[in-house]
Amino acid sequence: MNPDYYLILSALLFGIGAVGVLVRRNAIVVFMCVELMLNAVNLSFVTFSRINGNLDGVVMAFFVMVVAAAEVVVGLAIIMSIFRSRRSASIDDANLLKY
Amino acid sequence: MTETAEMAVPATGMAGAAMWLVLLPLIGTAIMLIGGRRLDRTGHLVGLLMVVAAFVLGLLMFLSHPASGEGTSIMDSNLFSWMPVEQLQVEFGLRIDPLSLTFVLLITGVGALIHIYSIGYMHHDPDRRKFFAYLNLFVASMLLLVLGNSFVTLYAGWEGVGLASYLLIGFWSDRPSAATAAKKAFIMNRVGDVGLALAIFLMFKEMGTTSFDGVFSQIGAVAEQSPGTVTAIALLLLLGACGKSGQVPLQAWLPDAMEGPTPVSALIHAATMVTAGVYLIARCSPIFNLTADGQLVVTIIGAVTLLVGCIAGCAKDDIKKVLAYSTVSQIGYMFLAVGLGAGVYALGILHLLTHGFFKAGLFLGAGSVMHGMNDDVDMRRYGGLWRKMPITFATFTFGYLALIGFPFLSGFYSKDPIIEAAFAAGGTKGWLLGGAALLGAGLTAFYMTRLMYMTFFGKARHEELRSADGREYHPHESPASMTVPMVILALGSIFAGFFLTQGERLAGWLSPSVGEFSEPHPEIVSATAVTVGTLVMIALGVVIAWLFVGRKPVPVQRPSDVSWVIRLARAEVGGDVINETLFATPGIKLTNSLVVAEEKAVDRVMTGFGTGLAALSARLRRTQTGYVRSYALSMLGGSLIVVLALLVVRFA
Repeated sequence: MNPDYYLILSALLFGIGAVGVLVRRNAIVVFMCVELMLNAVNLSFVTFSRINGNLDGVVMAFFVMVVAAAEVVVGLAIIMSIFRSRRSASIDDANLLKY
Repeated sequence: MTETAEMAVPATGMAGAAMWLVLLPLIGTAIMLIGGRRLDRTGHLVGLLMVVAAFVLGLLMFLSHPASGEGTSIMDSNLFSWMPVEQLQVEFGLRIDPLSLTFVLLITGVGALIHIYSIGYMHHDPDRRKFFAYLNLFVASMLLLVLGNSFVTLYAGWEGVGLASYLLIGFWSDRPSAATAAKKAFIMNRVGDVGLALAIFLMFKEMGTTSFDGVFSQIGAVAEQSPGTVTAIALLLLLGACGKSGQVPLQAWLPDAMEGPTPVSALIHAATMVTAGVYLIARCSPIFNLTADGQLVVTIIGAVTLLVGCIAGCAKDDIKKVLAYSTVSQIGYMFLAVGLGAGVYALGILHLLTHGFFKAGLFLGAGSVMHGMNDDVDMRRYGGLWRKMPITFATFTFGYLALIGFPFLSGFYSKDPIIEAAFAAGGTKGWLLGGAALLGAGLTAFYMTRLMYMTFFGKARHEELRSADGREYHPHESPASMTVPMVILALGSIFAGFFLTQGERLAGWLSPSVGEFSEPHPEIVSATAVTVGTLVMIALGVVIAWLFVGRKPVPVQRPSDVSWVIRLARAEVGGDVINETLFATPGIKLTNSLVVAEEKAVDRVMTGFGTGLAALSARLRRTQTGYVRSYALSMLGGSLIVVLALLVVRFA
C-alpha cells in the first residue's frame, strides 16, 4: 500500500485537531483535539520509519505516547480543578491571565 | 641674545636642600589642618616656625651660593620623574639660581614678618589656626612657583597660589562680599591660567620639552623657523602673567581681593603672589628677548595698567582699595621695566623687591589703622589719627614716601631708573611710555598724599561717628606683634633701594639669570632731566592733593555731584563695566538660551521618545486577550512560518 495515504491521513487528522483546538470551547474537547494532533504526528513518525526502513521514528512515537500520557494526567487534573472552582469547563471563562 | 643660554649644573652643597624650602611650609599646613581644633592654641606658632625655618634655610643657601660669573650659579636639583609618558618626560626639579633665591628671600622674609603680624591681627579670630594653615600653603606654593625648573612645576605652584589666594580672600566666608570676591579672583585668574597652560602646550608641541633648560636652549632655533610661534608663546605667557598680576585687562579682581584679612592683602596681593607675573616674564627672558612684538605688548600693558591703577586709586575711599590700585599700578611699572628688554630686567625685579617692602608695610599699616578703628575701611571716617597711632603713622609715612619716590628712599632708586629706561626706548615710543610713567609718578603722589591727609591729618571725624554696629571709635596703637614687623618693613622701605643699587649689587647678582644689566641712557632727554621731571611731577601731585583734599574739611558722606573725571575714576576706568558688557552679560545670555534650548529641544525629544514607546506598548498589550485559542492561533501561525521558512531554505 502506498505510504503517501498514511501521510495524507496524518495531515488530515492534524488539521482536524488544530481546527478543533481553535474553535471549540469545551476544555475536554480541546484536550481531545490536542491528543488527536499528537497522534497524527505519531502516525507520520511511524510512516516515515516505515519508508526509511529504520526504527528511529517508532522510538520517537513511543516517547510521544509516554509524554502524552503524563500530560493527560496533569491536564485532566487542571481541567477538573477549574471545573470545580467555577462550575464550567469553558476555556473562554478562564481568561483572567491577560493585560 | 646669547647671554642667557647658560645651562644649569646639578645642585651641590646647600642648594641640595632646596626641596625643604617647599616641604617645610607644606608640612606646617598638614600639621595645622590635620591637627584640627586641638591645635587652636598653638597652631599659629607651628606656622610661624615653619616659615622662619624656611627663611633661615633660604638665607643659608643664599650665603653659600657661588658668586655670579663662576658658571655654576644656576643649579638644578632634579628630585624625581614626575610624568614619564612616552615623549612627555616631566622631571620634578628645582632650580636654584640668583633669580629664584632673590624671590625665596622675599617670600620667606616678608612672609615671616607677616606671620608675626597675623598673630596679633587675627588674635580674636576663632579660625586663626586655619588662617595660618592657608598662609603656610601659600608660602609653599609660591616657593614651588619660583623654584620649579620646568614650566609644569611652575604651573603647579602657580595653581597652588591661586588656590591659597582663593581660600584666603574668602576666609571670612560668612560675608557674601568676601565669597563673591574670592570667586571673582579665582575665575579671572583662570582666564590667565588658560593662557599659561596653552603656552606650555605650545612649547611642548614645538620643542618636545617643558624644562627651562630645554625650552631656552631650543627657542632660538624655533625663532629662526617661525617667529610667529615665539610671539604666540610670549603673548600667552603674558596673558597668564596679566591674570596673576592684576594687569589690564584682567585687573578687576585685585581690588575686590581686599575682602580678605589685611595680612593676606599685604603678603599675597601686594608683596609676592601678584608679582608672579613679573617673575614669569623675567624668567622667560630668553623667549621675550626674541620677540620685539611680544615685548612691545608687555610695555603697552604695563604703561596702560599703571595709568588705570593710578586713576582708579585717586577716587577710592576704601583705604585698602587705594592701596590695591596702587599695587596694580606699581606692578604696571614692573611690567614696563621687564618689557623694555634685554638690559633692564633687573630694574623690574628691583622695583618688585622695594615694592615688596614698602607696599607690605603700607598694608600692615592700613591693617593697624583698621584694627584700631573697629575694622572700618572708609577713610572719610578717619582723620587726625597720627596722634593716636604714632608708630603706625611713622612707619606708614616712610612707606608712603618710598612709594611716591621721595629722594633717597627705596622707591626713588627703583622707580626713577624705570622712567629713565622708558624714555630710553627712544622716539615716539619713548615719549609715550616715558610720559605715561612720569604722569603715573605724579598721580601716585596725588592719591597717596590724599590717603595720608584723610587718614592721619585733619579733623578727627571719627569722634562724632559710630561704626556700623553702633560702637564708638577708640583709635589706639596696635600690639608689639603688629608694630615690630611694620618697623622692620619701614626700615626696608628706607634702605633697601640704596642697599640694592649700590654698585649695581642686585643687577650684577641677577645677571646669570636675566642677562647682563645695561644702564639705560635716554637719548631724547637726559637722565638728569628725567629725574628732575619726576621730582617735579611728584611735588605737583603732593601740592594738588593738598589743594583739593588737605586744606578743606573732608565730607563724611561721599559727594555725589562730581565731574566726569571723578566718575570715571570711581568706575575704575570701566574695568568692571567692560567685564560685565563683554563677558558676563553675553555669558549669562548664552547660558539662559542654552537652558531654554535644553528644555525645549533636548528634553522634548527624550520625553517624546519615552511617551511614544509607552503608547506603542499599550497597543501591543491588547494582544494578550486571555483567550487560549488566540494564543493557540499565534502558535500555529508561528509554526507555519517556521515550516515555510525551512521549506524555502530547503528548496530555494
